[in-house]
Amino acid sequence: MREFGYQRAHDVAGAVALLDAAPDARFLGGGTNLVDLMKTGVERPALLVDVTELPLDGIGVTADGALHIGATVTNSDLAAHPEVRRRYPALAQAVLAGASGQLRNMATVGGNLLQRTRCGYFADTARPCNKRTPGSGCSALDGIHRNHAILGASAHCVATHPSDMAVALAAFDAVVSYETASGTGELAWADFYLPVGDTPHRETALPPGALITGITLPPAPVAAHSRYRKIRERASYAFAIGSAAAALDVRDGVVHEVRLAFGAVASRPWRAREAERALTGGPATAAAFAAAADAELAAAEPLPDNGYKVPLLRNVTVVLLTELATGTGPVERTEPTEGAKR
Amino acid sequence: MTTATGTTRATGAVGTARTRIEGLDKVTGAARYAGEVPFAGLAHGWVVVSTVARGRVRSIDDAPVREMPGVLAVLHHGNAPRLQEGFVGTLGPDPVAEIFQRDRVPHVGWPVALVVAETSEQAREAAETLVVEYDTEPHDVAFDPRHPDRYTPEATVQGPAVTEKGDLEAELAASTVVVDELYTTPEQHHNAMEPHAAMARWDGGRLEVVDTSQGTMMTATDLAALFQLDPESVHVRSEHIGGGFGSKGWLRAHNVLAVMAATVVGRPVRVVLTRRQVFSLTGYRSPTAQRVRLGADAEGRLRALDHDGVSLTSTLTEFVEATGGYGRAMYEAEALRTANHVVRLDVPTPTFMRAPGEAPGSFALESALDELAEKCGLDPIELRARNEPAVGPVTGLPFADRELLTCFREGARRFNWEGRDPRPGVRRDGRWLLGTGTAAATFPAGVAPSTAAVTAEADGTFTVRINAADVGTGARTALAQVAADALGADLDRIRVRIGDSDLGQAWLSGGSMGTRSWSWAVMAAAAELRERLALSAELPPEGITVRSDTTEAVGALAERERHSYGAQFAEVAVDVNTGEVRVRRMLGIFAAGRIVNPLTARSQFVGGMTWGLSMALHEEAIRDRVSGGLANGDLAGYHFAANADVPVIEADWVHDPDPDDPVGIKGIGEIGIVGAAAAIANAVRHATGVRHRALPIRPDRVLAAAGAVPEGTTRA
Repeated sequence: MREFGYQRAHDVAGAVALLDAAPDARFLGGGTNLVDLMKTGVERPALLVDVTELPLDGIGVTADGALHIGATVTNSDLAAHPEVRRRYPALAQAVLAGASGQLRNMATVGGNLLQRTRCGYFADTARPCNKRTPGSGCSALDGIHRNHAILGASAHCVATHPSDMAVALAAFDAVVSYETASGTGELAWADFYLPVGDTPHRETALPPGALITGITLPPAPVAAHSRYRKIRERASYAFAIGSAAAALDVRDGVVHEVRLAFGAVASRPWRAREAERALTGGPATAAAFAAAADAELAAAEPLPDNGYKVPLLRNVTVVLLTELATGTGPVERTEPTEGAKR
Repeated sequence: MTTATGTTRATGAVGTARTRIEGLDKVTGAARYAGEVPFAGLAHGWVVVSTVARGRVRSIDDAPVREMPGVLAVLHHGNAPRLQEGFVGTLGPDPVAEIFQRDRVPHVGWPVALVVAETSEQAREAAETLVVEYDTEPHDVAFDPRHPDRYTPEATVQGPAVTEKGDLEAELAASTVVVDELYTTPEQHHNAMEPHAAMARWDGGRLEVVDTSQGTMMTATDLAALFQLDPESVHVRSEHIGGGFGSKGWLRAHNVLAVMAATVVGRPVRVVLTRRQVFSLTGYRSPTAQRVRLGADAEGRLRALDHDGVSLTSTLTEFVEATGGYGRAMYEAEALRTANHVVRLDVPTPTFMRAPGEAPGSFALESALDELAEKCGLDPIELRARNEPAVGPVTGLPFADRELLTCFREGARRFNWEGRDPRPGVRRDGRWLLGTGTAAATFPAGVAPSTAAVTAEADGTFTVRINAADVGTGARTALAQVAADALGADLDRIRVRIGDSDLGQAWLSGGSMGTRSWSWAVMAAAAELRERLALSAELPPEGITVRSDTTEAVGALAERERHSYGAQFAEVAVDVNTGEVRVRRMLGIFAAGRIVNPLTARSQFVGGMTWGLSMALHEEAIRDRVSGGLANGDLAGYHFAANADVPVIEADWVHDPDPDDPVGIKGIGEIGIVGAAAAIANAVRHATGVRHRALPIRPDRVLAAAGAVPEGTTRA
């Protein structure tokens, strides 16, 4: 294993200064993804700047009613926070649907946003991968891609973003705050993840050396009536093959407001704006939900082996929105309490 | 037939639940495994494996790597010591052990170099820096049962490749009901928790190897042959093993290269494989494609049974996943044909994996019987009852004992099978469709000669010495229980020494024959010792030792059809909108002779059934046709059942006496997985009305079967 430096930062300014001075450095949060990638040789940083002791571990309601979540809040603390559970239940459910109890105790909010794809070719340094080694080619296009993207992909990369948490954040229009050596900044959710295009190795719009300091969820009453549903190839400890976060406000049988985002279908969490447009102001019926999902998925371009994701996402959308509209279908035991008790 | 489920009548130690003797050592970390036994002056080897699927090593630029910190040696085909050419091991010719002997690359992940350094980290860094260049050749890794190069082997390790009885085509033509279907299972891997590791050193003219081996005598004998050493000079120890499942007994990169490197650098060397290397260097279960043809009369009596299986092997050597063997002694049929075929591809060499042949073979045949039962309008258990053979259908030999129907009756009672509505797709619990399924299980009950020594120590304790292997199943404890009863002594007075080739010849931990073979030798020595003690007034200071060798006794055993049996039951829930399948409960009832330790026996049955669940729903190594390597060769990508997938699993057993057999013990290591996947697939059919003939039953396949996925958007 190649030797690398390690430094623990004690304030945000110090952390970004360290990274600014060492371009081959990475911030280290919980390390649940970065350390794995270092073990397999995908990541070979010269310096790790440990940010877990920065004073960014708070969750609080701001003066304008938004919810601010610090970047080093652990996934476990995020999912357990009463304000999160009350105001954004789909976010708590999404976090609990990911990884395992042990990993969630380590993983941070900032790190979760920046985790890398679990495409098997990205992880195997012996194989071409444009995301890992730009210009080397995409092995998944003609290879094994059952769990790869159906939306927004390109001929250069068909990998998906692995986060569950980020799917809920996409539905709730989270804003990402960051700091660099030259000051602070914010990115609206829609601008945070970059389109794949021909630069799949460039994943976010964060400026070089930026440290995510937190995320802000704007007030959204509809979010209090939200759910997350994750489908995977085993009941726990697997990444989604399709997931959805949905929030729904129905008044007199008419959709007043709806939020919908898909996971495991694109290089980023996929906000289903076509579906939202199709539903808003219309009837809250299963037929309308299906038509809205179809409207969103009309843009899907499945590969030879992942066409199943289209009906999967359609079905999950219908089930999730129907549950929200009718108040039925309790969230299932295995999803929110996973890891807590078996 | 009365049953004794859960209430084995114990008069001594055998039949009572005992925790593992070494259990405390294991959970506290005091028990050392091959990769962690400390040695002074230990150097570390890191294996470099090929990245191409077929070709030759053109060059290995080792000069810069030799200059790296801590590097002691770089071994490869250009400088490695010569091994026995055409090496023949205990189990036959094994070119896979002939590492670094030629430049030929037979598959992705083949060892091409070993870097030896002072620390494991230095060895690894140097290994990852080493530049290896290849002349590549076109490769073929695509398993296809209709592959033009498929052939029928002369034989398999488990018997003849083909058996035929009666006129199959005539009986099929005369049948009222026919099932003719193709069943497939994917490449599956053992994934023992402990990766393969070995340490080797020369000490006083002897080669000492600490290995993780299911049979230290086989490892020692084979190492002596491969390195052309005096067999007496090779000593292999393997005290604790973190699971083997058939993958730990061969000479493979870890032990061959540890010995090679220790010989070259003149220091102890340890080689530990990474998980990714375990996937390509230590064997796996071949994918299979099995055509099953059943023909029956209107009452469900079989006229024809044809089980024709294809598996793959490497270009190095032939290993046949003998799926066709499953049905040879299971069901009566006028005409019965079983056949195994194989195709050579540019892939790693497959090997024995828990219930080799039987695990995938039972999925095909027990699924096909379920299809036949439905076509005949018969309960699946009744169908099996109507096809019980009086004697071995192929051999004509009498059965030593056959309690298959006892297992089914007891299982049906406890699973509430009676009154089951056979109609598919009519039970619902919220979003879930519910169904139940059952399948039979069998595994041969073999035995092999072994030697043992039992000593009555002067202090009143006993020492049992037998070269058994405890792969984690509790063999050490079971043998102590057997010895305690044979000696008429308390369990806490028995000391058991195992896992050491210096203890002499004994059967390895394999073929579900360990406990039976070892117990026979221990009982023989203990019985004689007991007689000697009855005649001795006083023990000499060195105690009294009696040795046994069961070669003669085992050879004198009358020829019979000897098998374990089981009945597997499963209830599943399927959401056809999302493709999710959840197993809600499983029950396995087994007839497996005398159960020595109910606690650890139940663990083995439940472990096997859990693996069967995993096989049914999750496990699948996916080979990339372009690179020839695995697309998911790690535990992030190769999914097996997580805790959340595993429901309450019950396992129990029925009274299963064999009057001819002096030991009365059968193996239980493998039968738990047999039939389990079929029971689940049969339950999925009952739940949804859809028959899944390809494992694993993945969400995308369930969605496709529900008609949700457009044609042509899902391959294989």
